Amino acid sequence: MSTMWRVADVVSGVPETETSRTIGLRVAGLDGYLAGQHIDIRLTADDGYTAVRSYSVASARMDEVLEITVDELANGEVSPYLVRDLAVGDQLEIRGPVGGWFVWRPSNPNPVQLIAGGSGVVPLMSMVRAHEESGNPSQFRLLYSLKSPETGFYQDELRTLDRESAKFTVDYVYTRKVPEAWPSLPARLTAETLLANILPADPAPDIFVCGQTVFVETVAEWLVQAGYPAATIKTERFGGTGGTR
Amino acid sequence: MGIISSGFHGKRQRGNPAIPPGQYETEGFPVLTAGPAPNIPLDDWEFFITTETGRRHTWSWDSFMALPQVEIRTDIHCVTSWSRLGTSWRGVSLDALFEDVQTSCEFATAHSYGGYTTNVPLDDLLDGRAWVAWEFDGEPLERAHGGPARLLVPHLYFWKSAKWINGIELTQDDVPGFWESNGYHLHGDPWREERYS
Repeated sequence: MSTMWRVADVVSGVPETETSRTIGLRVAGLDGYLAGQHIDIRLTADDGYTAVRSYSVASARMDEVLEITVDELANGEVSPYLVRDLAVGDQLEIRGPVGGWFVWRPSNPNPVQLIAGGSGVVPLMSMVRAHEESGNPSQFRLLYSLKSPETGFYQDELRTLDRESAKFTVDYVYTRKVPEAWPSLPARLTAETLLANILPADPAPDIFVCGQTVFVETVAEWLVQAGYPAATIKTERFGGTGGTR
Repeated sequence: MGIISSGFHGKRQRGNPAIPPGQYETEGFPVLTAGPAPNIPLDDWEFFITTETGRRHTWSWDSFMALPQVEIRTDIHCVTSWSRLGTSWRGVSLDALFEDVQTSCEFATAHSYGGYTTNVPLDDLLDGRAWVAWEFDGEPLERAHGGPARLLVPHLYFWKSAKWINGIELTQDDVPGFWESNGYHLHGDPWREERYS
């Protein structure tokens, strides 16, 4: 059963950026999951104190090892430990993967537009990978909004896919700092920029938006105003309990 | 069994009996939604209760506001593990809305503008345990948090407190709602950690 706590072995830990890393977890009896799902991680201190947090799965594979990418939150309780202290060979407990809504299924025939704000790219990357590994020919497009080039996850892999995959495209928006020789200045995402960089509303793509609260709400609002049917837009908030309002 | 993470100390909030198991306290008010927030002008807003006989009780915004308004001070618990203590709301008790409703149904499905649904046993909605709330912290409820009005059932995980509430359909059977059809628990009691199905 996926909702029982199970022991996971940490088999890898690779930095993605200065404040984040991708952690590989081997889980005995992992019986597959859907792209976009999350797991709960439970840490226990030596006096029995426990803390639980949810993290999206980044990998697509349905075998024994799954990967998560954790971004360190300022004043976070669990993420600094996962990013800085957890070591290969350690064990921790996981529950899941769970979730049946913010998921992409390989049987889905629709084109897909993914829209990521910062670390919100993690569950979307799981979908990109699952799509690439599947025989599903539908078009996938990712719009990735970043503060600066250095904060991007999975950059080599995304570049390679963008170049080599006939069914995947990635577009970037930089809000604070652009790469060298970038054709525009850094700017906040606007409705105009958004709409210029995504699949058209007709035929309506399935849209997945993930990022911090304000990003997700703003983008979802613009999409609805531009005529994308609300029923095709799935959203997920990301980044601990930040973005409070 | 527990796997000890040496070097993990955490930020202790132990000993606070108001925090259910597996939850941590936050000062913020995170937003968790499945899709875009619907826009509902107050002139178009309606709240309904339907019964097994097909009887439909309805309230406009004005007739809803004419009902007794109560202050609610309560803790809220989200299934994503945050709890916020001592939040303050204003709204109408479901006991007031159910005053003239005759039914033998034991279950309810809350329907929201935008199509969201969630199922709740009728017992969990009555006896001063549930409200339709339209004010948070002294301000009209923001659209992101479910405005103009949301269901408030704070003794269950917060996904049961349906945002953008439109009405309540009484049912004979316990019919899974939106999150309940997507892996979450039918009932959702935080004190029993009824998180996932």
